[in-house]
Amino acid sequence: MAQSPAHGSDHHDHHAAGHHDPQDLKLLGFWIFLVTDVIMFSTLFATFIVLRGGTDGGPTGAELLEINGIIISTFLLLTSSFTSGVAVLAMHQHKIKQMIIWLVITGLLGAGFLYLEIHEFLHLIGEGATLQTSAFWSSFFVLVGTHGVHVTVGLFWMISIIIQIVRRGLTDDTKGKVTVFSLYWHFLDAVWIFLLSIVYLMEVM
Amino acid sequence: MADHNNAHNSHGGERHDHGSLKSYIIGYIISIVLTIIPLVVVLNDMMGRTATIAVIMVTATLQFLVQLIFFMHVRDGEQPRWNLITLIFGVLILLTIVVGSIWIMGNNSIGMKM
Repeated sequence: MAQSPAHGSDHHDHHAAGHHDPQDLKLLGFWIFLVTDVIMFSTLFATFIVLRGGTDGGPTGAELLEINGIIISTFLLLTSSFTSGVAVLAMHQHKIKQMIIWLVITGLLGAGFLYLEIHEFLHLIGEGATLQTSAFWSSFFVLVGTHGVHVTVGLFWMISIIIQIVRRGLTDDTKGKVTVFSLYWHFLDAVWIFLLSIVYLMEVM
Repeated sequence: MADHNNAHNSHGGERHDHGSLKSYIIGYIISIVLTIIPLVVVLNDMMGRTATIAVIMVTATLQFLVQLIFFMHVRDGEQPRWNLITLIFGVLILLTIVVGSIWIMGNNSIGMKM
């Protein structure tokens, strides 16, 4: 107990000298992964923008895309980004139960988003717009689908983190995982903003 | 021990800024407003084509910054900000790929017009 303050200041000095603790390094490593993901999405966006006129006489985006469902999924994902942040806040206040509840809400909103996306894809396929229909629809499905895969992976990842926290409690390790997960989830929302803007809004305008 | 914990918590809260509920709510509200603006413009056909594209891109970029600052806390952390540096690097590559593709492929289609 007497050592704690001394240890605390020692720890602080290390920070000031530019040393990172392992959790900070993990966070930076994950941040670098996100930047590589940005680069991957940039190639998919570039492909879509270049090929957006290539409908090969088939259905166009303006004809088939339904903006109403997209508005709902936008607000679902935006709200889930907010709730995942609130979960991290609860975690830093050591309120495990609240944190898990906010994470579950985040997951349910994400699942709702995913349901709407699958529903939309099935609707498009029913209308005759598939991955093979034209250059436009190929790039559309790959771009939007890649984001959807990210959301799906995020959902399973979050479930596994919750299970781990229930079993092990809040340790430095599990805390780091929740922090990294919320970063990932905010990132997915940021990508979706550009999907909404460049794919949907510019297509239906 | 309880005293120590409290002291540690408040100390940690000040130095390691994880954001507050207030900053999350502000970010959330700004994001909603920045989502509604382009929706209203597009759905009501309020502007010309170029102006609409400009509104969509400006609000999207602003909302991206809101996510970065209010939710992802890109301004926090210790110096040097490696996360910010890698992000700027990523955005540089992103702009090169996207703008470069549009530019080159646009020129190609001009060259192919008959």
